[in-house]
Amino acid sequence: MKIHQISLFAENKPGHIAAPVRLLEKEGIDIRALYLADTEQYGIVRMIVSDWRKAACILEAQGFVVKVTEVLAVEVLDHPGGLADVLEALDQTGINIEYMYAFPDVREGKAILIFRFADPDVAIMQLQLAGINLLASDELLKD
Amino acid sequence: MNSILEASAVDCHPASVPDYTPLSELRALQLRRLQAVVLRSWQQVKLFRLRMDERGLTPEDIRSLDDIAKLPFTVKSDLRDTYPFGLFASPMKDVVRLHASSGTTGKPIVVAYTQEDVDVWTSVLVRCLAGCGLHRGDIIQVAYGYGLFTGGLGAHYGAEELGATVVPASGGHADRQIMLMRDFGVTAMCCTPTYFLHLIERASELGVDMKELPLRAGIFGAEPWTESMRKHIQDSSGIEAFDIYGLSEIIGPGVGCECRQHQGLHIFEDHFYPEIIDPESGEPLPDGAEGELVLTTLSKQAMPMIRYRTRDITMILPDMCQCGRTLRRIGRIGRRSDDMLIIRGVNIFPSQVESALLQIEGTLPHYQILLTREHGLDQMEVQVEVTPQMFNDKIGALQELHQKLQGALDHVLGIRVRVALVEAHSIERSEGKAKRLIDRRTL
Repeated sequence: MKIHQISLFAENKPGHIAAPVRLLEKEGIDIRALYLADTEQYGIVRMIVSDWRKAACILEAQGFVVKVTEVLAVEVLDHPGGLADVLEALDQTGINIEYMYAFPDVREGKAILIFRFADPDVAIMQLQLAGINLLASDELLKD
Repeated sequence: MNSILEASAVDCHPASVPDYTPLSELRALQLRRLQAVVLRSWQQVKLFRLRMDERGLTPEDIRSLDDIAKLPFTVKSDLRDTYPFGLFASPMKDVVRLHASSGTTGKPIVVAYTQEDVDVWTSVLVRCLAGCGLHRGDIIQVAYGYGLFTGGLGAHYGAEELGATVVPASGGHADRQIMLMRDFGVTAMCCTPTYFLHLIERASELGVDMKELPLRAGIFGAEPWTESMRKHIQDSSGIEAFDIYGLSEIIGPGVGCECRQHQGLHIFEDHFYPEIIDPESGEPLPDGAEGELVLTTLSKQAMPMIRYRTRDITMILPDMCQCGRTLRRIGRIGRRSDDMLIIRGVNIFPSQVESALLQIEGTLPHYQILLTREHGLDQMEVQVEVTPQMFNDKIGALQELHQKLQGALDHVLGIRVRVALVEAHSIERSEGKAKRLIDRRTL
């Protein structure tokens, strides 16, 4: 159920996201999702890629500071209210979201929500109890 | 040589009389005072007694001024190691004032004054200001920080004793400083030279022409500055700029000051005995040779300093000044024999940055200190490479780290610096070692 996400530290300067992205492209690694959390000075690039082990390896070899974290993916119908339903259900469980982001799944007319929880294992149990459907890694990354 | 009478027509304050003491009389006075201060330190200061014992010396071994070379040096770390009161030679009941300056480990260096010390300090400041052509009737704005830093109060007492009107503006608030200068008809400023450069720029932005103001003199110190800065200051503000020298360990500002000849800084030798040594070997060097300035306080009661190594590189000028003072002069301080930086008048060692970073992380990340000058004001940025141990993929955690680093650096350095988190390997390394300091300060 857990998805491996790769995070990079990047200064908030021109070209500082392009470099690692190009590096992954050259190695044939597909970026399924990319999200940038930024401040005025620096940011964190979070990515879900087709092969996280290889990607982390390549980036670290090039001197990037990489962190691999476990996140959860939830699929919702891409229509009004779809997101709110999931978030309300999450509220009921009382577990705290450290951060989240969403992207559309163009093939299926659905949206995918990525959640980071302090304790993913507890979160999985709670979400399943709340009837929220979690995506497995291979489902998320399938072509 | 000018007589005292002729000279006093220029610098007419009674406190200035010792400036013109005949040389033989001055040397005799220095020897008497040196013998007294050595005896006093030997009796009262444990560390000094110990070092004298190690060398098999007693106060009786000081029979001439040249014998000073036998005495042990005192260094900045001695003040730190004996923090807070270990070098005091007076009981606390006789101490009327404590000042402190930043130290290398976050602990400040403490200095003490008896009433007599405060009076001496005041008198040398009067002699500085009188030597700059200031007198009763002048309005002197003191824009050095008031407080633990010796600059503000030192200049304040001297200016008041001179008989001038003092405007104790303290540091900061450039717009208010300029308003006071204009509205009060201030005739002289005491501040750091870079701060005055900032005031010049700000005044011009505010539409205030410094040349139109009654301001005619600036007494600038607490950091090294250059002849080209003097020229720039004088040309753009129409004032006469003087260099004043001092350090808290000795007394504060007023150890030495330029006279109107602007040919070096007269040391008030009746209270502070200057030597120049080779910073490597510690051997004394003759007048005219460049080396490290070493000062001995001849009259200080609460905290005498015997052969204090200032780390400032200069020389004692070999000839006498045209002004008629018999006090020897040192050249302007251009550099130091250690890696100390002076940022906005505050002493900073790069090692302080390291200790602050270590406090937070436990391991030392790659870092770089970047010095720039913006609007005439020194800026210090500490760039810290984010290591895998430091990196967390939550923005909140990174910001917390940023704030912790900021807090530790502010605390240890005593001034506000910028902290920048930068990418790993982004700091240039030469032969595997990062260059720790980039100084881009120009006039």
